[in-house]
Amino acid sequence: MSDPFAARYLGRLVLGGGVAAVKCRTCGEPAVINMRQHKLALCADHYVAWFQGQTERFIGKYGMFTSEERVLVAVSGGKDSLALWDVLLTLGYQADGLYIGLGIDGGVQYSAESLEMAQRFAAGRAGAELHVVDIAGEYGLGVPEAAQLTIRGRTKPCAVCGMVKRHVMNRVARDGGYAVLATGHNLDDEAAVLFGNTLHWQVGYLARQAPVLQESAGGLVRKVKPFCRFYERETAAYTLLQGIDYIYVECPFADGATSIHHKLVLNGLEAEAPGTKLQFYLSFLQARRAGAFAGMEGSAPEMLACRTCGQPTTAGDQCAFCRLWETVRVRRHS
Amino acid sequence: MVRLIFRDQEFQVKSGMTLGAALTKCDLNPQMVLAVRRGKLITEDVILEEGDEIKLVAVISGG
Repeated sequence: MSDPFAARYLGRLVLGGGVAAVKCRTCGEPAVINMRQHKLALCADHYVAWFQGQTERFIGKYGMFTSEERVLVAVSGGKDSLALWDVLLTLGYQADGLYIGLGIDGGVQYSAESLEMAQRFAAGRAGAELHVVDIAGEYGLGVPEAAQLTIRGRTKPCAVCGMVKRHVMNRVARDGGYAVLATGHNLDDEAAVLFGNTLHWQVGYLARQAPVLQESAGGLVRKVKPFCRFYERETAAYTLLQGIDYIYVECPFADGATSIHHKLVLNGLEAEAPGTKLQFYLSFLQARRAGAFAGMEGSAPEMLACRTCGQPTTAGDQCAFCRLWETVRVRRHS
Repeated sequence: MVRLIFRDQEFQVKSGMTLGAALTKCDLNPQMVLAVRRGKLITEDVILEEGDEIKLVAVISGG
């Protein structure tokens, strides 16, 4: 068969033997990625341009931030956060990075290696400023050791880790005068959270899940997820094509994580029906906008300033972060 | 033969099949990997050639 028009129209060039090679929709060169959910295949150059353009579009569509606002990018050394920092710098945003040293080793020097990736990226990009907060250096213990000294952390170290990261990210963003904190959460992350919250009908969490969490009067900075509509596969492809080194090994504590299990389930569905993940997430956002979860957020708790650090908290007069380190100090020496 | 390398595992498939078919044969979900041949990303419809070494990059992370 040979029908150049049909082949071009379909984004495919049919070769001898009936074998089809996917071609870039824009230029007709061999594609490096085929996004079935968009029915879109692109070559390396056009994929990178598309990815950056889409990021710009999502930032505008969801009103995440403007080019006048300073952005702090939470950088873990992984593919998503480094890709995000790269795109924002390329698009001309005032984007600095924040790396939080959690003190995780796990036999693979996880934190040391991820810090190296973040520093290497920053060193290679003119104007990329990287803030580094070393938890063990500031508080005497890394997160895994600190978590072991608390009742909750012994069984759920990731919950303690998440709380520590949220606290430090907000503190650095506030102290540094950043208007917004950007994270590299992708659609697979968002769909997995959505899936978990739907399985358990956590309507309060469903009501709050969004590409943008607005700043609060009490001092919580605005949080945004510019990659929330990209599949994880797409952020990985961007990182590879841009030649960005990232930490490939998983956090040792992620082994067996529920969110990874949910991603496996969703990717099983995606393989059978391309677009399932995207539709799941976008339909949720649409339903949320239409008021499906209105009034389910629960009443906004009163935000007070923590008596120890001054950061906003809903947990009485001392925030969970400061309570954690008080507990750790007492138990470490008892 | 074609070698597919995924983390610390190695799979072998016959040449002449597509990457997508090879991934299915190895029980790997194409949604969860990117395939690199000779330093370039390739799509699932690409025919694997004799002697190819395909590096599979896991794309799922999180915790």
